[in-house]
Amino acid sequence: MSAKTLGPVRRKFAPWDDPSSKPLIEIRQVTKNFGSFTAVDDVSLNIYEREFFALLGPSGCGKTTLMRMLAGFEEPSAGQIIIGGQDMAGIPPHKRPVNMMFQSYALFPHMNVEKNIAFGLEMDKLPKGEIAARVQEMLKLVKLEQFAHRKPHQLSGGQRQRVALARAIAKRPKVLLLDEPLGALDKKLREETQFELLDLQMQLGMTFVIVTHDQDEAMTMADRIAVMDKGQFVQISPPAELYEHPQTKYVADFIGDINLLEGRVTKNERGRITLDSDVTGGVIDVHADSSAGAGDKAWFALRPEKAAISLLPPNDPQTNCAHGTVWDIGYVGDISVYHVRLDQGGSMRASIANTSRVVERPITWEDKVYLTWTPDSGVVLTK
Amino acid sequence: MKRLSAFNVVSLTLGFSFLYLPIVLLILYSFNAGRSVAVWGGWSTKWYGSVFENDQLLDAAWVTLQVGVLSASVATVLGTLAALALARYGRFRGRTLFSAMVYAPLVMPEVITGLSLLLLFVAVNLDRGFWTIVLSHITFTMCFVAVVVQSRLASFDRSVEEAAMDLGCTPFVTFFRITLPIILPAVISGWMLAFTLSLDDLVIASFTTGPGATTLPMKIYSDVRLGVKPEINAVCSLMVGVVTIAVVIASIMTKRQEVERERAERAALAGR
Ligand SMILES: Nc1ncnc2c1ncn2[C@@H]1O[C@H](COP(=O)(O)OP(=O)(O)OP(=O)(O)O)[C@@H](O)[C@H]1O
Ligand SMILES: [Mg+2]
Repeated sequence: MSAKTLGPVRRKFAPWDDPSSKPLIEIRQVTKNFGSFTAVDDVSLNIYEREFFALLGPSGCGKTTLMRMLAGFEEPSAGQIIIGGQDMAGIPPHKRPVNMMFQSYALFPHMNVEKNIAFGLEMDKLPKGEIAARVQEMLKLVKLEQFAHRKPHQLSGGQRQRVALARAIAKRPKVLLLDEPLGALDKKLREETQFELLDLQMQLGMTFVIVTHDQDEAMTMADRIAVMDKGQFVQISPPAELYEHPQTKYVADFIGDINLLEGRVTKNERGRITLDSDVTGGVIDVHADSSAGAGDKAWFALRPEKAAISLLPPNDPQTNCAHGTVWDIGYVGDISVYHVRLDQGGSMRASIANTSRVVERPITWEDKVYLTWTPDSGVVLTK
Repeated sequence: MKRLSAFNVVSLTLGFSFLYLPIVLLILYSFNAGRSVAVWGGWSTKWYGSVFENDQLLDAAWVTLQVGVLSASVATVLGTLAALALARYGRFRGRTLFSAMVYAPLVMPEVITGLSLLLLFVAVNLDRGFWTIVLSHITFTMCFVAVVVQSRLASFDRSVEEAAMDLGCTPFVTFFRITLPIILPAVISGWMLAFTLSLDDLVIASFTTGPGATTLPMKIYSDVRLGVKPEINAVCSLMVGVVTIAVVIASIMTKRQEVERERAERAALAGR
């Protein structure tokens, strides 16, 4: 495969770890109240040039509100927003170096697709020829060439979404705010568009802030992901870290699938933690960093794919082992997920890759099984 | 479709006769060859010919048209601005009072509107005539425009305006390039409403007019007091004709837009 078909190569990019780098967007202790309701609650965040930043969170947690404050449609009730070194307080939307793609698309109903896309370029007073060229380029990007003369009400939902995306990108702003830009697209088109977006970002050096409900999308595209809940950031991390080292049960549960085993810490010595767990009926040995002290209540978080499942007991069934009965099997193409009812109460899931099609004795419903894991396969969470 | 029952047929006939019998009679008698209004003397179109030779009637019609166009246009601008202020600027101080005051003329008896305007013009010593009629018509029709436009603005998606501003458009330009084109149908119906209201106003015009400015309804009214001439029937039939044509055109336009839109939507769904 050539480099082209592999797509842009993501270089090592971590300006947030470098204290000398200057953020492009600084959100400083921003709060937004609607009457007595707090939609965004004292959040602080730095976003760096050329970063692909994703906001993830349940419906109503304040993602759109945060975006609208960046775009200038809402003034923060408290705090400061700085973009490109300039304080944005009192700067109207049309003077900000950001463009936003609206969750509701907000296409101009009386203009056709072409005119919609050209609108922002006309506002910039670009020469006619360049506008036409840029519009064609955008139509091609979102695969709507043959719809250039349709009005928005003559398009399907996914097509409208692509027009909105094209209109926001056309101006090539320094910062592009995308509020669920691909939600209405089918899987294939979505993946293609994701790829185009990444490519475009590389070429033009834009900074993206994207809201998405699709975890996979955030995981594959973003440099960093912020998980939001009730107007606050719960954790801001690169995708892999978010997945492997969630800091709270909320994040662990929100991103992907996870087993949370409750226990009590008996020992925490330099990254070696031991828990007593009623759920497994034994001890859990973990190699991980945690602030948990002896006697604290804590949860051992284990991804289902990190648990091994077997019909035979391990050498030491008292450590890092749980046993129970297979209660359900979910077959998801490349993996099978085993739901196990533990003998001590509670349940766990283990997922196994379906690498070979012939198994001498497949594990099936009602089987008594043992779930085991290694000390470095999970993390200990205290909240 | 359900068949009409005898009861429905009777009630429909009664209702429509109640509404349209007088107008039908009026039009019928405008084709009466005889001079008498009440006695049928055979078919003729001669009264229509004599209308177009009657300078006084033509003058009055011309004044009415000018008053109508001028007052409807100004009322449309003012009414639209009032509607925008009411729909947009949230809860500014005095909003309730302002909206009540915009709507009050809708239910105000015309006699009172006319009289109060007359008092005002006398108080500020304004010469009554053409312009005072225009002013008073602006006053009483702008609230109708405001109501029509505001009901459109109630369902207006503001994010469209936000998107325009986000793309670098100033609020002022946004109004002309985005907001106005979208609410234009409502603004036009507001204009038509104001125009027809002005066209057939007799009371307010009578209060606020002065020498030399006679509108068609005033002329008709004063002529009729001296006895109904078949000529008057012809003029009135013409007015009915003008209003009917305007209404029919307006509704055909709306209907066609709807049909086109529906067809386009179906096409979009089929060929996506
Ligand atoms: N103008 C407003 N007035 C009052 N409350 C508002 C307003 N805008 C948003 N809210 C409230 O603020 C909260 C956050 O809204 P927001 O639109 O930011 O959610 P979101 O995270 O984008 O959700 P979704 O994923 O469903 O789009 C919601 O509870 C919403 O009801
Ligand atoms: Mg939202």
